[in-house]
Amino acid sequence: MSMNVRAEQKMTWTGAAKLVDPQVSIRFGAFFVAENRLRNMAKWWLSIIAFGLGNPSLYLLSIGIGVGSLVDSSLGPNAIDHVSYLTFLAPALLASAGIQGALDEVTWPTLEGFVWDRTFFSMNATSITGKQIVSGILMAAMARCVLQVFLYELCLLAFGAISWQSIPILLLVSATAGFGFSAIMLAFSASIKDDDGVFALVGRFIITPMFMFSGTFYPITSMPIYLQWIGWISPQWHATNLGRALSYGSPVETWLIVIHWSLMLVLAVIGITWAHRVFESRLAK
Amino acid sequence: MAGKRATNTYLERHNAVPTKAKAASSEDMIVATSLTKTYGDFVAVDGVNFTVRRGESFGLLGPNGAGKSTTMKMIAATSQRTGGELSILGKDPNTQGPEIRAHLGVVPQQDNLDRELKVWENLMVYGRYFGLSRKWLKGKIEELLDFAQLVDKRNAKTEELSGGMKRRLTIARGLVNEPEILLLDEPTTGLDPQARHILWDRLFRLKEQGVTLVITTHYMDEAEQLCDRLMVMDKGKIMAEGSPAELIKKYSSKEVLEVRFGSDNNLTVADKLKGIGERLEVLPDRILIYAESGEKCLEQIVKLGLEPVTSLVRRSSLEDVFLRLTGRTLVE
Repeated sequence: MSMNVRAEQKMTWTGAAKLVDPQVSIRFGAFFVAENRLRNMAKWWLSIIAFGLGNPSLYLLSIGIGVGSLVDSSLGPNAIDHVSYLTFLAPALLASAGIQGALDEVTWPTLEGFVWDRTFFSMNATSITGKQIVSGILMAAMARCVLQVFLYELCLLAFGAISWQSIPILLLVSATAGFGFSAIMLAFSASIKDDDGVFALVGRFIITPMFMFSGTFYPITSMPIYLQWIGWISPQWHATNLGRALSYGSPVETWLIVIHWSLMLVLAVIGITWAHRVFESRLAK
Repeated sequence: MAGKRATNTYLERHNAVPTKAKAASSEDMIVATSLTKTYGDFVAVDGVNFTVRRGESFGLLGPNGAGKSTTMKMIAATSQRTGGELSILGKDPNTQGPEIRAHLGVVPQQDNLDRELKVWENLMVYGRYFGLSRKWLKGKIEELLDFAQLVDKRNAKTEELSGGMKRRLTIARGLVNEPEILLLDEPTTGLDPQARHILWDRLFRLKEQGVTLVITTHYMDEAEQLCDRLMVMDKGKIMAEGSPAELIKKYSSKEVLEVRFGSDNNLTVADKLKGIGERLEVLPDRILIYAESGEKCLEQIVKLGLEPVTSLVRRSSLEDVFLRLTGRTLVE
């Protein structure tokens, strides 16, 4: 007869009543969620950096410099907004990088949290609330967004597309666009039952048109009026136009500047309110 | 056998330190009064009453859809009740969810570990949700890895773990805040016998540690092994409540005689067996006779000139109680 006896250390046990102060998580829970997301992101740091630097470099070379030299040679130098085509393009590319960076951190992780790994349910089994998960995810998404925009800015700076003085304001504008759009997309992602290709559809029919028709490559006013509405509802255009005004002084009326900021923030408020509702009801099921 | 031993050790421990332990063991951890949960017209939990005291190991039994998991979610303070009263650790989960959850440990039916993170990281991030410091958690993680027998797997990604290892990690994770109550929703479903026995051993150790356990299961042997007190639910209602031994005594007989006369003959033979034992149950493949002594019943059958193809006398089990309470047509 064989017998397995394992020597085990006795677990120390203070007990949650003394050990855990609920107020800590009630106050800082969102940061703990963000901490988890950052830990997850750290596993992908190489992809994030490569994507953050690779994507802009390709765009800069093909559109900024390729198309740019065509535009500058056919229209004459500084034909649009009295700046080079590359400078004109830069704020739009940054807005797009901000939106894309934040988007990646609210779509797949949300599906992972609710459907694939159900990690949101494990968070909610602790003191963490649905609202705190929303805040934490957005915080981490904004960290990624800011990093991605900043890397892009370094590329643009190297190509002489932006001045170093415009780095902070362009960062703020692009991050605000990312914030507004990702808040909406967070709520949307939380509402879907499973991927089923929904994100691919969103990419094709929302993100791409938003990028193409938001005055990215030419002023929105050069588009036919029946397409201009896309720009008006798109944070991409608001951030692009705002970025152009605030970085190199593209002429934009003050009221429009106010509208640009407000619209991006309104999107954020709508998105967060919607996300709170969806998260709380889904976690309670 | 092991179940009995478990109960004895538990009682011995509590009787050994009479005054303090008794006072503590009478402390109510969970009190449900007419607890109800409805989803539209569907009543998932229908006005149930129960109390769980400190240090107790309380089992919720019932077939699928009985309302066990819904009850668990309400105790876990994640799903709100729609009627009645519920107090957990003296607090109302509808208004003080985060405060209650800070002192609970939860092992869900479906593992929800973070796949991207390593084994130790899963424990770390979970501990952080409770606001515990990284420094303190480092020491605790070592203890938990040892407890879960996962020391060697510390740096493995969770997707590389076997089902039993994942389950142990999920239990270890549920202990990171040293909970007052540990909720386990079908902790061993889908595990092989070895993994189940390791898990029972771990849970038994927790019981010894004085952790209050609330377990749902539809394995009767698990309930007998782990639970001091059981509540059998069906269709959202409580069918019976008591210790495993009490339930067997109340709803079954001491022994069960199982006789087979061949599938075609069972029904005709059953008529002749009326009056033997306390209760008779005819199943397609065999006849069960519930009685004080199975041997005596068998003698009576033989005296009647009947010769069963096979016969088996066994002790009555919780499974007999369960099936009686939650369904299988009875012939009495």
